[in-house]
Amino acid sequence: MFQNFDISLVDWSRGQFALTALYHWLFVPLTLGLSVIVAIMETIYVKTGNKAWKKITKFWMTIFGINFAIGVATGIILEFEFGTNWSKYSWFVGDIFGAPLAIEGILAFFMESTFIAVMFFGWEKVSKKFHLASTWLTALGSNLSALWILIANAWMQNPTGMHFNPDTARNEMVNFFDVALSPTAINKFLHTVSQAYVLASLVVLAISAWFLLKNRDILFAKRSIVVGSVFGLIGILLTIYTGDGSAQQVFKTQPMKFASMEALYEGQDHAPLIAFGITGSLDENNPGKYSFPVRIEVPGMLSYLSSHDANTFVPGIKDLINGNKEHNILSLAEKEERGYVAIMTLKEMKEARDTDPGKYKELRAKFEDPQWIKDYFAYFGYGYYKGENPAKLLPNIVMTFYSFHLMVLLGFFFLLVLLLALIWGVKDRIAGKKWFLWVLVWTAPLAYVATELGWITAEVGRQPWVVQDLMPNVTAVSNISAITVQVTFWLFTLTFTILAIAEIKIMFKQIKLGPKDGGQ
Amino acid sequence: MRNFLIKVFRFYYNGFRSMTVGRKLWVIILIKFFFMFAILKLFFFPDLLKKNFSSDRERSNYVIESLTQIK
Repeated sequence: MFQNFDISLVDWSRGQFALTALYHWLFVPLTLGLSVIVAIMETIYVKTGNKAWKKITKFWMTIFGINFAIGVATGIILEFEFGTNWSKYSWFVGDIFGAPLAIEGILAFFMESTFIAVMFFGWEKVSKKFHLASTWLTALGSNLSALWILIANAWMQNPTGMHFNPDTARNEMVNFFDVALSPTAINKFLHTVSQAYVLASLVVLAISAWFLLKNRDILFAKRSIVVGSVFGLIGILLTIYTGDGSAQQVFKTQPMKFASMEALYEGQDHAPLIAFGITGSLDENNPGKYSFPVRIEVPGMLSYLSSHDANTFVPGIKDLINGNKEHNILSLAEKEERGYVAIMTLKEMKEARDTDPGKYKELRAKFEDPQWIKDYFAYFGYGYYKGENPAKLLPNIVMTFYSFHLMVLLGFFFLLVLLLALIWGVKDRIAGKKWFLWVLVWTAPLAYVATELGWITAEVGRQPWVVQDLMPNVTAVSNISAITVQVTFWLFTLTFTILAIAEIKIMFKQIKLGPKDGGQ
Repeated sequence: MRNFLIKVFRFYYNGFRSMTVGRKLWVIILIKFFFMFAILKLFFFPDLLKKNFSSDRERSNYVIESLTQIK
C-alpha cells in the first residue's frame, strides 16, 4: 500500500510543520497572558489613580509589544505550508477551516490591531477609561484569535459537525455550533489559554525576581509578583481542571493517544497512572510494548482520569491493535477492512460518475446513509493501512509518554512555585529569599518547555492522523520534492534563529532599562 | 467627518513619531513581511491546487484520484 507514498517527504513535511508551529508557539502564550496581566495592572491604576501602577503597566506593555511584534505573522507560514506541503489536506478540510479562520481574520485581527494602537499611542491622548477599555479589548482580541485556530485544531482531533461530500472530496460544515462548541474544542481552548496565563505569569515573576536580585525597582517588582502570582495561580488551577477535561475527551475520541500517553500496553480495569517511569526496550514481537525498568504507579488513577471512575476499563495498545470483544473494541484489521470498503466505494463512484449514472447514484447514496457512514466512512483513513504492519498506526509512544509526564510534572511544580510566590509576596518576605528568587528566574524557561511539551503530546500522540481516523499524514501531503521541503526547513531554522536572537536581545535590553525608562 | 479623519491620522502619525523601541520593532516586522510574502510565498510556497488546476472540479478530481490510489 505504501509504495505510492514518499515517506521521506512526509517526515520532512511533518518536521517542517512542527518546527514552524513550535516556533510560532514561543510567542503566542506570552501575548495571550501578558495582555490580560497588563489590563489588570492598568485597571488597578485607573481605580487607585496611583502613578506607580501606571509605570508598572507601561513597562509590561512594552514587553508585551516586543513579544507581539517579533511573533506577529509567524503563524502565516503555517498557512503557506497548508497550501504547498499539505494541499490535499487543505482541500479535504477546506470548508471546515474556512469559517473559523475567516472569523479570526475579520473579527479578532482587526479588533486587536485597532486597539493595540490606542493602547500604545493613546496615553494622555484619550481618556483613562477609553484607554483601559482598549487594553482590555486588545486582550480579548488576542484571546479570540487563539479561539478560532484552536477550534480548527480540535476539529482535526475530533471531527464533528461536518459531512463529507464525495463529489468534491471536501468536508462541509453541517452545524457551526457542533464544530465550535464540541467538548474537545472547549477543553482545548480553555486548557491552552489558561496555561498561556501561567506562562505569562511565570515570565512576570522571573523578570521581577531579577530586579529584586539586582536590588533595584523594588516596589515595581514586589507589586508585579503579587499580580503575577494571583493571576498565575488562577491560571494553573484552571489548567489542571481543563487538563482533566481534555484527558476525558482524549479517552473518548483518541484512545490510542490516551494509551500512548501512559504507554499502556494491556488494557485493564482500575488502571494505574505512572507517577514516575523510565521506558526500556521495545518488544520486537509486540508493536507498542515497552518494558519499564523503573515504574512508580498510582493505582486506579488512570481509570479515574479517563472517566472519573476508578473502575473504568482503559484499553491498552494491544486491545486497540487486536480488538477486544468484551469491551466492544474493533481490531485495527477490521477498521482497515471497513476503511478500504469506503475508499473503494469513493473510487468506484468517481469512475461511474460519467459512465454509469445508475451505479453512481447508488454509490453516492451510501455517503448520505448515516449507518453506512458510521460503519464504513468513519474508518476511511484506516483503509490505507490494509495489510500493513500495525506499528504504522501507532504514534511515537516514547515521545508521547515523556512529553505528557514531563508536562504534568512541570504543571504541579508551577503550582507550588506560584503558591509560594503569592504567600511570600503578600507577606512581603520574598525579597529576602534569594534562593527562591533564582528559582523564579529559572522557572520561566521551564514554562516554555511545558507549553511546547503540551503540543507535542497532543500532536505526536495523534499520529498518523492529520484528521482523526479519516486522513493519515501519508495521504495529506502534496506530491512535491522532499528536497524542496528540506531547503525551506533549513531556511526557516536560520531565519527563526536570527529572529529569536533579535527578540532576546531587544527584550533583555528593555528589561535592563527597567520601568523608569521603558519606552514604546 | 473630515476633522475626525484628520484627528485619527495625527493620532497615528504622532504615535509612530514618538516611538523609541517600537521603531526597531517595525523594521523587524517589515523585513519579516518582505521575507514572507516576497520570497517565501512567491518562490517556495505556491498554492499548488490553485496553481496546477483551473477549476474546483479539476481540483476535486485530482484529490479524489490521489485519495483512492491504492491497490
